[in-house]
Amino acid sequence: MSVGLVLVSHSVLLAEGTAELAREMAPDVVVRAGAGDSDGGLGTSLERVQAALDEVLGQADAAVVLADLGSAVLTVETAFEVDESLAGRARLVSAPFVEGAVAAAVTAQQGAGLDAVAAAAEGAVTSIGPRPVLELVDARDGGGAAGTEIGGGGGGVVAPPEAPARPSGPQELAGPGAPDDGDAVVTARVTVRNPLGLHARPAAVLARAVADLGVPVTIDGVDATSVLQLLALGATGGRELEVTARGERAEAAVAAVVSMVEGGFGEV
Amino acid sequence: MTLDVAWSERWVRRAAEALTAARADLTELDRQIGDGDHGENMHRGFQAVVAKLDDGTERTQVGEVLKVVATTLMSSVGGASGPLYGTAFLRASKATERAELDGSSVVAMLEAALEGVTTRGKATTGEKTMVDAWQPAVDAAAGVAQDGGDPVAVLRAAAEAADTGAASTIPLVATKGRASYLGERSAGHEDPGARSTALLLGAALAAALTDEVPSA
Repeated sequence: MSVGLVLVSHSVLLAEGTAELAREMAPDVVVRAGAGDSDGGLGTSLERVQAALDEVLGQADAAVVLADLGSAVLTVETAFEVDESLAGRARLVSAPFVEGAVAAAVTAQQGAGLDAVAAAAEGAVTSIGPRPVLELVDARDGGGAAGTEIGGGGGGVVAPPEAPARPSGPQELAGPGAPDDGDAVVTARVTVRNPLGLHARPAAVLARAVADLGVPVTIDGVDATSVLQLLALGATGGRELEVTARGERAEAAVAAVVSMVEGGFGEV
Repeated sequence: MTLDVAWSERWVRRAAEALTAARADLTELDRQIGDGDHGENMHRGFQAVVAKLDDGTERTQVGEVLKVVATTLMSSVGGASGPLYGTAFLRASKATERAELDGSSVVAMLEAALEGVTTRGKATTGEKTMVDAWQPAVDAAAGVAQDGGDPVAVLRAAAEAADTGAASTIPLVATKGRASYLGERSAGHEDPGARSTALLLGAALAAALTDEVPSA
């Protein structure tokens, strides 16, 4: 199953800019803008929306559609009403335009199906809520030891929030010595080395890599497969992060994340 | 007079004429409480519909004419009006797949149009939208049809109720659509969408009262 994105905005610039951002983080996902009125001015055009839907569905199995303001939503609904064959293959989601597009694109890049990509877009709104940000500030202030340190067992480590179950990823990263105890919690600290910090591109690279690992990993308490939550950390260069994983391949997963962050994502 | 395919084509031409005549007024209404493009959009949309109607295709059902209106408005009218009127006429076209309308078909057509508007716009009466013209039109038409009125009488009741309904939006505070951004300041102005709905149904009645076809 491959899922593409259709971005419907009154503004061609807004939709194309959002598409550019989404493609940067999810290079293999088909993202098309259906934006502007029939002359490309501010507005929405049924024909432009239909063309974008056709193009995405020509290359992907399904499409998630994001729309910005009122009549963009009406135009998408009208496209669905005119072409009943779109039902089941295309879905309009209720999501913040930019955050939803990025979250959907990154999830689609991970090979998820229509339901999961739509859920990622609609769940994106929580990543910009005030509460998680405040919790992160508290967590940061409570940080302790410096340097990189991998410790087994569950003692003295803040339990990570429940992460959603993920399909098993490739096994080769689980090196020798990985504990078999399913409840083992492994944690490590690593300092962000690239000067720009965990900005959009490295956050996307990291989120994809963690999703591929198939092990629940949190970074400073947030789901490391969520590019938006990673971005919300505001992790600038020099900031120390706490990487935590749970499960039988936790140690290998933490080591892989630590080594990526230490590698500076090719920006050092 | 029968409400046949020729009537529906006269309706479209009269609607185009009425909307062109009202272009400045609708734009002024919309400028006060919206973004000022309603008159221009409706004028342009119905000019496109008339051009499409002149393509030489022979149409044998009222619904075929209304479908031309639907698809043309959807692609040529910007803003919310294109999808709203487009969906209204699309649903109406599905309810009128026949050569001639009797009283109950007129009611079915209006009900389908209203359902299209509310499905798209999620509005109800009293929110200062075109629903404030469509809903009373449907109610009045249904009443006359139930009393055994002829199709033209049903249409007349709808057109008059839509006109009254549009005027009733003047004191309302908008809670749906762009005018709702203005809150209390939207009171005192007639809703342009409700007015254009009244004009459309007025054109349907006018087309039923005379064979005369306005020149485009």
